[in-house]
Amino acid sequence: MTITLTLNGKKITDQISADCLLIDFLRSHGALSVKRGCETSNCGLCTVFLNDVPVLSCSMLAARADGQTVTTLEGLQDEAEEFGAFIADQGAEQCGFCNPGFIMNAIALLRENPSPTDDEIREYLAGNLCRCSGYEGQLRGIRAFIDYRQERSRS
Amino acid sequence: MLTIKEYVKAESLAQAYELNQKKVNRLLGGMLWLKMQNTQINAAIDLSGLGLDFITETEDEFSIGAMTSLRSLELHEGLNAYTQGAMKESLRHIVGVQFRNLATVGGSLFGRYGFSDVLTMFMAMDSYVELYRAGIVSMEEFAAMPYDRDILVRILVKKTPRSFAYLSHRNTRTDFPVITCAVSLLKGEPFSQTASASLDVPDASFAGERNLQKTFVTQPVRVCFGARPHRSVLFTDEASRLAREISEESIEAFWNDVDEKLVTGTNTRASGEYRRHLSRVLLKRALLQAGGKNV
Repeated sequence: MTITLTLNGKKITDQISADCLLIDFLRSHGALSVKRGCETSNCGLCTVFLNDVPVLSCSMLAARADGQTVTTLEGLQDEAEEFGAFIADQGAEQCGFCNPGFIMNAIALLRENPSPTDDEIREYLAGNLCRCSGYEGQLRGIRAFIDYRQERSRS
Repeated sequence: MLTIKEYVKAESLAQAYELNQKKVNRLLGGMLWLKMQNTQINAAIDLSGLGLDFITETEDEFSIGAMTSLRSLELHEGLNAYTQGAMKESLRHIVGVQFRNLATVGGSLFGRYGFSDVLTMFMAMDSYVELYRAGIVSMEEFAAMPYDRDILVRILVKKTPRSFAYLSHRNTRTDFPVITCAVSLLKGEPFSQTASASLDVPDASFAGERNLQKTFVTQPVRVCFGARPHRSVLFTDEASRLAREISEESIEAFWNDVDEKLVTGTNTRASGEYRRHLSRVLLKRALLQAGGKNV
């Protein structure tokens, strides 16, 4: 079957099999930030935006994205780079494998709720597993980024 | 591994129903559970083009399309105001936001899973499913029905004045629950009500054959246990233990009634005995919370 979708601002048309998962479609079109992790819809590594809403690309048929807009980390370069620097500053990643999915979902959180409490951050990111860090560094990084943004908007 | 030969985006409920009568074909909800299965599907039938992603609220009821995501339910202000936050509480522990953006209420309910937070919560409400072929069925009746090839079109929730509480226990955060407990208490006297529906989805060809009106007596007390790990089950206060007051003593008397009938089982997450112990604890806390007592 043929699908057409907008990936990171570019329209793509391709032939796919009916059971092609969105993650495989995206990786085959160069979006290598999208990682395959648990395969049980639990770890959040494969998080992408479907029409600006975070979803698990490992658990969705590519066919269902036909006619939709998909954004991966590659499409959020500037936003992700700025935020990622705060995560790195806190030493909040070790192997870094969870980072693309984590950054995608953190960006989704901050778009939805620009000033979340610590509990709101923990709850929103509960679907992003990291087996290195213990999450405290990530929490510090998000807090530092929020503080920086608020400071910048005041000045 | 899940393999699919053909993907069909249904153009009408009639088409989806027809295709779904073959066992080799499957309806897609959020397909999160389906994807975990080792199965071969001939045609995967997608309902996402049929306008079934909606929550509408009137003075008397909520109407929720089968393809509405769990995240939309969780964030719906009207549902959360009506349930005093119990709806959100029942959903926010399910994996993560990305998961709940994909999972659909229709898929969650139709599966009648033995781990379901969603079914437990809806059974504590005066809620009904609208099935394409069978029409309107109360949620508790639906929960006990055998699996068939019908299509869940939408959910109706009557806004009877009730106070709610929802509690669950998990071994680890975002995991399946070990036990779930939803409670609702009617404010005022029991009364009968009618649940009715008119199809406002694109295809109403079965409308003449379907049961689209049903009268029910709303129960003063609705207590539902899920993740037993069997399908959710409803208890009402037949002996009126809680009719005079909600207190530790009346709850204990009610629990004794429940204890005789509640079946809990053992799986890798917990033993049946442990689930029974937790059921008693959650029942007490939920009833006190719904009854406005300090927990």
